[in-house]
Parts: sequence; structure tokens; C-alpha cells
Amino acid sequence: MNFLRKTLDELKKPFEKGQKLEKFAPAINAFDTFLFVPNHTTQKGAHIRDAVDLKRTMVTVIIALLPALIYGIYNTGYQYYAQTGVSFTFLEAFMHGAWKIVPMIIVSYVVGLSIEFGFAVYRGHEVNEGYLVTGLLIPMIMPVDIPLWMVAVSTAFAVLIAKEAFGGTGMNILNPALTARAFAFFAYPTYMSGNKVWVSEASNVDAISGETILGTLAAGGEVNYSMFEMFQGAIPGSIAETSTLWVAVGALILILTGVGSWRIITGGILGAAVMGLLFNLWGANALMSFSWINHLVVGGFAFGIVFMATDPVSGAQTNKGKWIYGILVGIFCIMIRVFNPAYPEGVMLAILLMNVFAPTIDHYVVNGNIKKRKKRWALAQELKSA
Amino acid sequence: MDIIKGIRSRRGAKLNIKGVAEKILSKTSSSPTYALNPDDFFGTTPKLLVKEGASLKAGDPIFFSKQDPRIKIVSPISGTIKAIERGPKRKIEKILIESNQSSEVRTHDVKNWDKLNRDALVALLLESGNWPFIKQRPYGTLANPDETPKAIFVSAIDTAPLAADQEYLLANHHENFQRGINVLNKLVDQAVFLGVDASHTAPFDHVENVQMYTVSGPHPAGNLSFHIQQLSPINMGEYVWTINPEDVVNLGRFFNDGVFSPQRTVAFAGNALKYPKYFTAKIGVELAPMIKEVKIMEDSPRYINGDVLSGSSTTASGHLGYYNNLVSVIPEGNTYRMFGWLPFVDNSIMSLSNTSFSRLFNKKGFDIDTNLNGEERALVVTGEMEKVFPLDLYPMQLLKACMIEDIEKMEALGIYEVVPEDFGLIDYANTSKIEAQEIIRKGIELMINEVG
Repeated sequence: MNFLRKTLDELKKPFEKGQKLEKFAPAINAFDTFLFVPNHTTQKGAHIRDAVDLKRTMVTVIIALLPALIYGIYNTGYQYYAQTGVSFTFLEAFMHGAWKIVPMIIVSYVVGLSIEFGFAVYRGHEVNEGYLVTGLLIPMIMPVDIPLWMVAVSTAFAVLIAKEAFGGTGMNILNPALTARAFAFFAYPTYMSGNKVWVSEASNVDAISGETILGTLAAGGEVNYSMFEMFQGAIPGSIAETSTLWVAVGALILILTGVGSWRIITGGILGAAVMGLLFNLWGANALMSFSWINHLVVGGFAFGIVFMATDPVSGAQTNKGKWIYGILVGIFCIMIRVFNPAYPEGVMLAILLMNVFAPTIDHYVVNGNIKKRKKRWALAQELKSA
Repeated sequence: MDIIKGIRSRRGAKLNIKGVAEKILSKTSSSPTYALNPDDFFGTTPKLLVKEGASLKAGDPIFFSKQDPRIKIVSPISGTIKAIERGPKRKIEKILIESNQSSEVRTHDVKNWDKLNRDALVALLLESGNWPFIKQRPYGTLANPDETPKAIFVSAIDTAPLAADQEYLLANHHENFQRGINVLNKLVDQAVFLGVDASHTAPFDHVENVQMYTVSGPHPAGNLSFHIQQLSPINMGEYVWTINPEDVVNLGRFFNDGVFSPQRTVAFAGNALKYPKYFTAKIGVELAPMIKEVKIMEDSPRYINGDVLSGSSTTASGHLGYYNNLVSVIPEGNTYRMFGWLPFVDNSIMSLSNTSFSRLFNKKGFDIDTNLNGEERALVVTGEMEKVFPLDLYPMQLLKACMIEDIEKMEALGIYEVVPEDFGLIDYANTSKIEAQEIIRKGIELMINEVG
């Protein structure tokens, strides 16, 4: 460890203040702090600091994502082999998925991190860790057969327009990963929707039906999956969204570590359940009659509410606001699913919509506190003049 | 005295740190020099009344406040001015007084003080150098003698990490404490508010002429901002005064013998010490003789005037601050940790976050150091500040308003109700390593300059 440390210190010398590579210090610092928590001590304010930092927080999110990701990789292979009728082993299915998905992850990280590093050097701040999560989320919510260059373009769009244009990490209005997906959704609709994209090779092999359950319902078809299959996730869909079971494991990690807001997650489930139940009572079309419990386990709802809606930057920031925000995401998700056959999956648009309104929600919550204070002032004034 | 109210906070954190001062009270061996640091008086610009080499009696004025020339800071001992240390822009950083070991004192006539009217009493407090004991909210500056506060608060509970036990400080001083309370009561229209621990001991039951309330909960429940908001919230244009319990004793002693009393009982605490304990000393005393007695176990530790959350750094050759009952000494943490950012590793480091198992282990207390445990980042995580902040206001929103210097918003969000110390735990706990106390201090300075 000492040897490594010395080598690093030696490597960092040209990047120190006053040296010729000073401008690129954020880049080398990012690598250095990845290996070592730096020896910086407190200079002002509190003399001691908590062990938690943004790296630790973001890595916790990645750990929470892994169960859904690993299942998603397996399910990609499973859907392909099961629908073509070929016998296969777990490993074969997993390798089929990995062959498709690992390149997507690499593309997303390389494109996104390059931009992040560029902006860090340009703006002279350290590289923020937020992209570690965004970069993994982007491939996880794409259809498996999307061309790599589309992943690259969507990623670049999301990082540049949704994040850096607003000032970088912590300043964005919209969730960057969802923005990447929304961009791809509207720019390349033939690769992002329909009944030929949700299973590996569905567009090339006729035997494969690449339709999602919600897509089938919107088209008025019959659903041939059991409740358990939907919950476990052996269904077509975006790469990592299908398994409510493994998403729930991730949710548990986020909630127990306190990294994800249990208020948003609970609020979202409540909102969606109540909305689903109301539509069940109405029952005017197939999607309305689709049981409210099934609404919770199919499609991207679970993944969205656990990993996207809980993004602390684009979501509501006050505790009360988090409840309202979560409930509204749930309500709008089911509403968009049911009312708009062009968008059988509603969670992406529901979250993006609520991202836009989150500051407004917070504004009213904080205003409640301000009003209370001003009322007290006014009362004191009255007493004084009386 | 009956308890008028019990206030309780659930939000906050008790930081369980090794090195709590043992309740052994030693006298300090003689201190060759004493020092005053004008920075201890927030919002006060010093104007010197003496030159280097001048000889002083204890209680002679050394400087006055540019903001209000009637407010004088007096010498805690008799001696000569050895040096006036200046920083950039000739800012006075330290006034060093060499003690001449004599007991020459300036005395004031305090007979029949209870017959004095309020104005005469205020004048006596100003003249004798007792005034700087009294601070004012909003902002935590020295009190303005022209105002009548709506309340005076004394908190005999300190919840900060390693804090000196306030009840221990007051033991055997109850007569002077009571006299001090009686003096303060003449400055205000309602009886002084006295906050005590919910499990307070008997002596407090005999304090009279106060409105006593109990406080329970984790730090910062002992902070006066919380008590004031619960019992007598500050509205725009109102003032509340605060005074430390030991300074109430000092006031009481002054009104007994007419001599300015600079007594400080100080706890030496922290995990860099072998024998953490208490000392009786005077304001501005040299730390070195006491450091010798408590035995430092580190090569170059950090010396802090005050607690580890809100205190200010000093050195082994430094002096005790004006208001401090605590000197914390902890190891510096200038070391690297490989892959220390992985969740659930390095569980020996104290953490309030559930991304570490530290709270499950280490029931006996943590070894702490000054490592930042990360680097400053953009504000990302939400909700963590509220968890350690008991006041009824939105801390992150207030911090952001201070950062963009939006005065109207700062007022509306409650800048009048806070002092930087209230954000000490936020400094400690926040993931992005934001310097919250610094931001609030700058915000308050802006308020003082723009609004007054």
C-alpha cells in the first residue's frame, strides 16, 4: 500500500499547483481518490466529520442495483432461449445477456465519464460521483437490442443537456438517466417501442414475440403470464426493469442504508395502488381491468419508483414534499398507462413530469414554515402596538 | 423552583467519543502569560486603549468595541502588555499580557447594587468589564446596552461532544449564581429562563427567581437556539440575551466584592489525552501548563478551544478562549485509507449513516480524528440535515439562501433564530462535506452589515 501511495504521489507531481498540468488535476484526483480516501483534514467548521461521503453513498446505490442488473442479464438470455425453444443452461442464458449488455454499460460509462471529466477540468472542480449511478442506470432501462451508438448519443444528450447545462451534479432538474431514455424514446421510436424490441433478437427471429405485458394489454391482447412470473421477472421488458423481486431487494438495501427515501417509495406504491384500484372499479378497458397488484409488478413501475424517483437531486427535497411527490408519481404512472395507448409504460413520463414539479411542491412545503414564522411576527407586532 | 416546561428534542445525535474529562478538579500552576483574542467577540471590532509595555491592574480596560465604545474588555490579571500580535491588514489577533503575579485589582463600588435603577446597573456592568459576558440574539453578538431584551436565557446543560458538565462547574458556587441571577433579573421584564438537564441534581431546585425548564434529547438539544424557539421565539426586531452559567457566577462574585471575576473552570477532554480532567483557571490562561498535566499521547494533535464541532483551532502554546469551558485535544487524521469509500468498511470510524456498521460496534466510544473522510462535493443527499437539526426551520433551504445572499429569503427562513453552532452537527453529518457553520456565519455577517 505504501509503495502504491508513493507511486501515486510521484505521478501527481506534475498536476500540483503551479505545475504545467495543473488544469488537469481533477482528472488525476478522481483516480487517486478512487484508490485512497485522501489525507485531507478539516480546516474550518466542525473538526471531525462523518465517515460517509458521496462516493460511499453512490456505491451503495450501485450495490442496490446489482441484483436487478444480474437478473436482467440472465433474463435477456432466458427470454431469447425460451422463446426460440432451444434448451439452455443458466450460464448460457447469462452469457447471452452479458454479451449484449456489458458493451452497453461500457459505452455509457465511457461516453458519460468523458464528458464529466471534461467539464470538471473546464470548470475546475472535482469529478462528482453521481455519474457512477447514472452510467449504470442508462443501459439498465434500455431495450436490449438498441444499437450502441444510440446508447452513446442518448447518454451524451442526457449528460450535456439534462445535467451540465444546468450546472452539473446537484443542479439538474430532470433525472439524467430518464432523460437519456426519453431522448431515445422520442428520437428512435422504432427501437424503443412496439412489439419487436423487448426480447433479444426479436426483430431478426420471427419465432420471438418481443411484446411487453402492458403492450399486449394496450393492443387488447391476452396476457399469458402468471402473477409469479411477473413478480419474479421472467417477462419481456427493458433490461433490468422486469424483476420486481430483485428490485425489492434493491429497495430494501436503499431503505436500510438510508440512501433512498422510504417516503418516496412508500408514497409511490400507495399512489399507484389506489389509482389502480380506482381504475379496477371503473374497468372500461383491458388496462383498467388489469388488477392493481399486477399494475405494481409489471413494467417499469417498481424499478422507476425505487431507483429513479428517489434521485435526491431531481426529486422533492423536504420530507412532506417527498410524500406528495411519491404519491403523485404513482398516480400519474398508472394514469398514463391506462389513458394513453401510445405510451403503455407510464412511469418514465410520470417521473419526468414530477421532476419538473418537485421544486414547486417543495416551495409550498417550505412556504408553510415561512407563513408560520411571519404570522408569529405579525402577532408580536400587534401585541406591541396594543 | 417549579419547572415551567419540559422541552424535548428527538432530532440530533449523541456522538459517543472517547476522552470525557474525569471529574477531578486541579488548580492551574501559575501561567506566565494571559491572552485576549478579539475574534472571540463575534461582530466586535476592537479599538485598543493600551500600548505595548503598559502596566495594568486586573480589571483595567484593554480595548473597547468600535460598534459601541461603552463596551470594554478588561484584563483578567494584573501585569504588563507584552505584545499585540497583528495579522493581515493589521487586524489584531492577540493581546498578550505578562502576569506580574501580584493581586493588584481595580475595584468598583457595588454596595447597595440592588437599589440601583436599570440604567445605573447597565452603566456599572459596562464600566466594570462585565458586559461582554452577555450576548444577544439574533446573531450571537455582544448585547446592545440600549435595548431591553424580551427574555434572558441561561442554559445549564451542554450537550456538545465531550462538553464540560455544567452542573459540575456550578457546584459550590450557588450563592454567587443566585446573586448573578438576581442582577440579570433587573435587566429584563420577566424572570430569567434557566434550562437544566431533565435529570438535574438537587442544587438547582433551590435556585430562585428564575423560570426553570428542563431539556432532554441528543445534541444540539442543549443549544440555546432550540430553547429560545420553544419558549420565547425571536420575532423580527426582538432581542433575547444569553449568558453562560459560569459567567452568571462571575457576575455574582463581582457584585459581592466589586472585583471583576474572570473565573473559568475548564475541562480538558479528547482521545489524544491520557488524563482528561478539569482545571480552575482564568480567562485567557496559557494552555501549556495544563497540557503538561493531562499528558498528550499524540505527536502533533489538534488543540481546540471549545468542542470538536464548533470550537476554534489553537496550538500547544495557545491560550484559553474568552467563553470556553472546554479544550478538546484530538489526533490529526492526515492519513490515507485505501478504498475507504466502500460501504461497510472502516467501521471503526464514527458515522451516523447506515452505510457503516460503526453504530453496531464501539459501544464504548470512538477514537476520532480530523480527517475529512472524503472531499467536498455538490449538495446531493437530502433529508440528512433535518435529522440532526431540532429547530423548526428548513436548514438546507436556509443554507442555500445564505449562499446566494438573498436577505429576504434568509429572514423568512429563520436566520434570526440561529447561530453557527446550531449547524455544527450538520457540518459533521452531511455527505457532501459542506461547511455549513461557515456559510451561516457569513450569512449572519451579511445581515449585520445590510440590515443591522
